[in-house]
Amino acid sequence: MIIEALIAVTFVAAFAVLLVPNRMAGRLAAALSLLPVVGSLYMWSRFDATGNALTGGSVAFETMTPWLELGGYTLNWHVGVDGIGLPLVVLTTILSTLAIVSAWTPIDERQSQFYGLMLFMEANLLGVFTALDFFVWFVFWEAVLLPMYFLIGVWGGPRRKYAAIKFFVYTNIASLAMFIGFIALVFGLGDSVSSLDMPAISAALRAGELGSLYGIPAATLQSVAFVAMFLGFAVKVPIVPFHTWLPDAHVEAPSPVSVMLAGVLLKMGTYALLRFNFTMMPETATAFAVPIALIAVISVIYGAMLALAQQDLKRIVAYSSVSSMGYVILGLIAYTTYGVGGATFQMIAHGLISGLMFMSVGVIYNATHTRMVGDMSGMADRMPVTTGILVAGAFGYMGLPLMAGFAGEFFIFKGSFESTVTSAMPLFTAAAMFGIVIVAGYLLLAMQRTLFGSFRLETDYEVGPAALHETVPLAVLLVTIIVLGVAPDLFFGMIQDAVNPLLDFGGDLS
Amino acid sequence: MTPLQTQLPTWAAVAPTILLGLTALVLFLVDSIDPDSTRPAALAGISVLGSVSSLAVAGWFLLAGTGQTGGAIELYGGSIIVGGMSLFFSVIFASVAAMVSLASYDYLRDRTYQAEFYSLVMLAATGMSLMGSSGSLATVFVSLELASLPSYALVAFLKNNRGSVEAGLKYFLVGAVSSAVFAFGISLVYAVTGSLLLSDVAASIGSAGDLVGVAGVGIVMIAGGFAFKTASVPFHFWAPEAYEGAPAPISAFLSSASKAAGFAVAFRVFAVAFPIDAVVPMGIDWPLLFAVLAVVTMTLGNFAAATQENVKRMLAYSSVGHAGYALIGLAALSGGGPNGAVMGASMAHLLVYGFMNTGAFLFIAMVEHWEVGRTFEDYNGLATQAPVACLAMTVFMFSLAGLPPFGGFLSKYALFYEAIQGGFWWLAAVGAINSALSLFYYSRVVKAMWIEDPTGTFDLGATPLGIYVAVLVAAVATLALLPAFGPVVETAQSAATALFA
Repeated sequence: MIIEALIAVTFVAAFAVLLVPNRMAGRLAAALSLLPVVGSLYMWSRFDATGNALTGGSVAFETMTPWLELGGYTLNWHVGVDGIGLPLVVLTTILSTLAIVSAWTPIDERQSQFYGLMLFMEANLLGVFTALDFFVWFVFWEAVLLPMYFLIGVWGGPRRKYAAIKFFVYTNIASLAMFIGFIALVFGLGDSVSSLDMPAISAALRAGELGSLYGIPAATLQSVAFVAMFLGFAVKVPIVPFHTWLPDAHVEAPSPVSVMLAGVLLKMGTYALLRFNFTMMPETATAFAVPIALIAVISVIYGAMLALAQQDLKRIVAYSSVSSMGYVILGLIAYTTYGVGGATFQMIAHGLISGLMFMSVGVIYNATHTRMVGDMSGMADRMPVTTGILVAGAFGYMGLPLMAGFAGEFFIFKGSFESTVTSAMPLFTAAAMFGIVIVAGYLLLAMQRTLFGSFRLETDYEVGPAALHETVPLAVLLVTIIVLGVAPDLFFGMIQDAVNPLLDFGGDLS
Repeated sequence: MTPLQTQLPTWAAVAPTILLGLTALVLFLVDSIDPDSTRPAALAGISVLGSVSSLAVAGWFLLAGTGQTGGAIELYGGSIIVGGMSLFFSVIFASVAAMVSLASYDYLRDRTYQAEFYSLVMLAATGMSLMGSSGSLATVFVSLELASLPSYALVAFLKNNRGSVEAGLKYFLVGAVSSAVFAFGISLVYAVTGSLLLSDVAASIGSAGDLVGVAGVGIVMIAGGFAFKTASVPFHFWAPEAYEGAPAPISAFLSSASKAAGFAVAFRVFAVAFPIDAVVPMGIDWPLLFAVLAVVTMTLGNFAAATQENVKRMLAYSSVGHAGYALIGLAALSGGGPNGAVMGASMAHLLVYGFMNTGAFLFIAMVEHWEVGRTFEDYNGLATQAPVACLAMTVFMFSLAGLPPFGGFLSKYALFYEAIQGGFWWLAAVGAINSALSLFYYSRVVKAMWIEDPTGTFDLGATPLGIYVAVLVAAVATLALLPAFGPVVETAQSAATALFA
């Protein structure tokens, strides 16, 4: 019942915050958002699942009750976590609280609506990462979009309306493609499944019970559905060439919303790819290994090159997210224990690190009201603590050892180098590793120009250090990143336990 | 549970209808005792109380299995039939009537003829409830007129407003023509079968012999009558004017309850009187007719809605579009197919639609009360002034568009899904495409309210409490129908399956 309690508490908190006056909303939202944090940490401490939820492993905190029956299919309220879901739940709760606190300074109008929507989004994100019934999962998945649309559209920058509608249209069309692909699979399974329960569908698909549908043979149906779902999730991740909504959304969104967008929402895409495409249809995935690895590498390199060309600090971090997500895809397609495990770990690491980057860029923006690299220099002089944290975060992004990013990327490279899904995997890995060099290039360049040198910024007011409530979330994130870098096993153990059952294919094939 | 009819007299099964009718009479009585007083609270209160008690009784009967376990209850020689379907629709009518009465309390403030307004609403609701339980073509016609005549007067209620009067006249003229067509259709069917009772018609229509052509024309004419009542193509063109010109609570009432009433009677007449197995082999393929009407209606409604600048008119066309979705319940039928499941899903959609559409029109009523303006631009930045009401409107808009996590998502999903199960995947595909397109114009309202900057300053004045409560009730129901959809759709499907048995 703890998962239901977690989601319900967050929903109630969202409504409570919506109804209080604006001046109290930020503090109340932060206080109430601590409840899910405590709940998720309690879940972590009592976690007892083994194996993967979709391949017959035991699931922690599981509940399953029938919801309704429709044309022979039972829809269940089925939630629970395994070693893949739990780390993402913890990431969501922690990042939400920190994002809410970091919003105290920049959000200065309609606060109660803002924080209400943030909590509403958190509740739905928790649902996405815990749902084990496709229908329940889909409801939460779609419900995440609504608050995001408003958060960008109401509190965003000058081109916020365009960015919000672009985000909404892209992700909704993607959802439609994914939905049709999945439902076609369910129909193709015919009588072998009687519910939309994800473990049951996964078992049936892995057992090869897919039949033909409307004259389409099973093999074609599976490939087409795989592609439809892959494209649907690829928009969310995002993978080049479906990434164009991301920089617009990030640049226009207020920084706390960018934190959630990069930190958690992008992980929905990779989480869904892992859960659906790579878990349920491993043969199809390995058959498509070359094109998938190729677009992963293209995402890494092209995203990094785009970041190199930007002048806006937020755009730099946004494009580098495209690049980092490419690593995750590379790790997933490797189908080795380090590859898939590292990819899952990288979801957490990147969530924390990109959250830290966006948050510290936001803090600087609050003080300077510009994000353009050319407009400022020598910020270290005026904002030493923020600068220090930003530099540390950037090194985390570059994969400095003893930080979470290093662990994630190291596991991915190790795993994908060893992978035998296609004989070209070492080549792909080597190409992707080149991305690290570019990351170091653009981050160091941007930092050198903005943070160091003599102070220069044209303002009519004095720029001083950030407030305490702006610095604390940054420090908390940095500490978490270092702790996970030093002791990745806090999560990596359970992640490996959950991904190992997926590896009957891949590594040993061909 | 013991069937109720063993404890109560059989006529008590029509209690939901009788309660609505009695409420109308009580309102007349109050008015004749005290004609000059303007006591909106008492009048609205009686009206709400009557509808809620009718709702409670209908809900109680549904739960107790009245007319479901042990077959439908037939009264007056079978001209009134109380079963799961009539009770299910009574729930829709009574809920909508209650919300509309509640909202009218503020809307009608400082207007004359208030008692007449409420009693006309109650009489129309009585007629609708009777339509849902009609077992013979004669009762169908009489109850249809009982529902329609008060509606004409209600649309023209704002008699100093040219739009309202024009709408009333247009509605009345189209209504009169379609009534004539409908009555003629009934007479042709009577000529072929020699009976007005639905079950007798079903028994003898198969042996129409040489009169197949006459029967076919009669069935098409009857379908035309339903197209009028449900605002479907080709008798839809009264709807945008009537919904736009009428007082907003009446637009809510007509576009939700009146439309559902049309479907209630169409479902029963076509499922019972013209059985597919008997009629289709004769060449009278009415499911195909409704399939064509469904596709045209939903497409036309959606495209027309997308081009509107006036929010109320947009909602009027969206209501035409939704008639198209509900028509799937009559279209995706085939001999031996899962007909009850399709029709039941359509009934469940009408219930959810009853709440979300009523709520949307009542929000318009609130905006009219505030005198904000009618176009999308006038709504710009409204959420800064009235966040809770705008949140409710957002729920209605997204639910009408079929987005999760609202009731409209699940009811549309169930409808399209059952259509696919019945083999009509192309009908579901057209519906899904239309539904996706509809997000465009529904989200315009949301965008205007929340994201655009206000063009001027708002002076909203005091909050209209009655409308506010009614809108919030509708919003909560729209949300609650997502988790509670299971029992709703099961009840609807078992009621519809009983018709085909």
